[in-house]
Amino acid sequence: MPRELLNTLFVTQPDCFVRLEGETLQVEREGKKVLQVPALHLGAVVLFGHAQMSSQAMAKCVSEGREVTFLDYSGRFRCRVVGPESGNVLLRAAQYDAYRSEEKSVAIAAAIVAAKIRNARQTVMRGARDTNIEDIANALRGAAAEMAGVVPLLRDCRTVDEARGLEGQAASAYFGVFGLLISAPAAHFSFQFRTRRPPRDRVNALLSFLYALLTSDCVAAASGVGLDSQFGYLHALRPGRPALALDLMEEFRSCIVDRLALNLINRRQLKAEHFNVREDAGGSVLLNDAGRRIVLEAYQRRKQENVGHPFLKTTMPLGLVPHLQARLLARHLRGDLAAYPPYLST
Amino acid sequence: MDILISYDVNSLTKEGRSRLRRVAKACKNFGQRVQFSVFECSVTDTQMEKLRQKALSIMDEKEDNLRIYYLKGPRKDYLEAHGRDMYIDFHDPLVV
Repeated sequence: MPRELLNTLFVTQPDCFVRLEGETLQVEREGKKVLQVPALHLGAVVLFGHAQMSSQAMAKCVSEGREVTFLDYSGRFRCRVVGPESGNVLLRAAQYDAYRSEEKSVAIAAAIVAAKIRNARQTVMRGARDTNIEDIANALRGAAAEMAGVVPLLRDCRTVDEARGLEGQAASAYFGVFGLLISAPAAHFSFQFRTRRPPRDRVNALLSFLYALLTSDCVAAASGVGLDSQFGYLHALRPGRPALALDLMEEFRSCIVDRLALNLINRRQLKAEHFNVREDAGGSVLLNDAGRRIVLEAYQRRKQENVGHPFLKTTMPLGLVPHLQARLLARHLRGDLAAYPPYLST
Repeated sequence: MDILISYDVNSLTKEGRSRLRRVAKACKNFGQRVQFSVFECSVTDTQMEKLRQKALSIMDEKEDNLRIYYLKGPRKDYLEAHGRDMYIDFHDPLVV
């Protein structure tokens, strides 16, 4: 288990090249050194767009268990460099067995959905406490109550589809009031509902970008403990989809990403000019270079914040929690834990 | 732990200059150069031991001198740096 939250190197400039220099990674731009970091400080390297990395640097990172991920400019996953199949094959066998048992799959999926709703509800309740506009507070409390009402129904789920349905119900209550959590000028940061592929407003663009970062962290967490990141319970299996990583991620969406997105907007750290709005067909909205940098730095700092882990009764950097949850899931799949204990944010 | 490494390598001979380059390279693998012969590193105990072994295997005890200062953290409370300072905290977000 990683005890220390290692740093991630994000390379966002298209003309950057990362190469190996001794035991360090050197980032060059137009032949000039921009940054030199000892590899020992890094847990992962994430390259955006056209940024490049030498094969020696890649091989060195991968052989030492550092993730190398390529994302496109919007943060969408492109590819990942992996070393030899690692981890315990027996653990993966247990992972597949649990999928074939409806009872086990449902229990895991329901636990994840329950935690997701509970953590999302916390974000909404926090918003209700922070606002001094009575109508908004009431609407938020209403949505929180609706979400709370879904949780007990999860206990009676018989199929994964039922759990998915309840998740959808809670999610629509959540995103129905999400826009009310934003206090920045509505002209630039209005939020009606989730739009993806492409995101059609600034809030959606920000959420999509952050979810993409969180996904690659969850893939790393799952494969780091030897689980198959594509083999999930709540998310249906689809070629190329990291279903287990997406399962794992549900618990963190609200407490890691949504709260961070709200803070960036409400504290005016992100402004309208940090986004590129395309007026032509599709009307997609994307973060621009300056915006991406602000978001990446904030995301890294958020991961360094210490949080309590109620199940393990310890404090740890938020960025380590996905790794821990992957480990707890592995323990459950192996039969060492009777049920999977999802993460409840504090 | 945060450490500060400084060395003095006899560079009058060809062998000395070679040792100088090799010590610098070893230090770079663990930290960063803050002055010509001064490095700051943030390492674990194991990494510290590796670095010490590496540096000692290069230096010539009759000719050279190597010093390791163990810094009391947090660094910013115990360090006063003036002038051109290129230090980067490797624990801070690294975005290029």
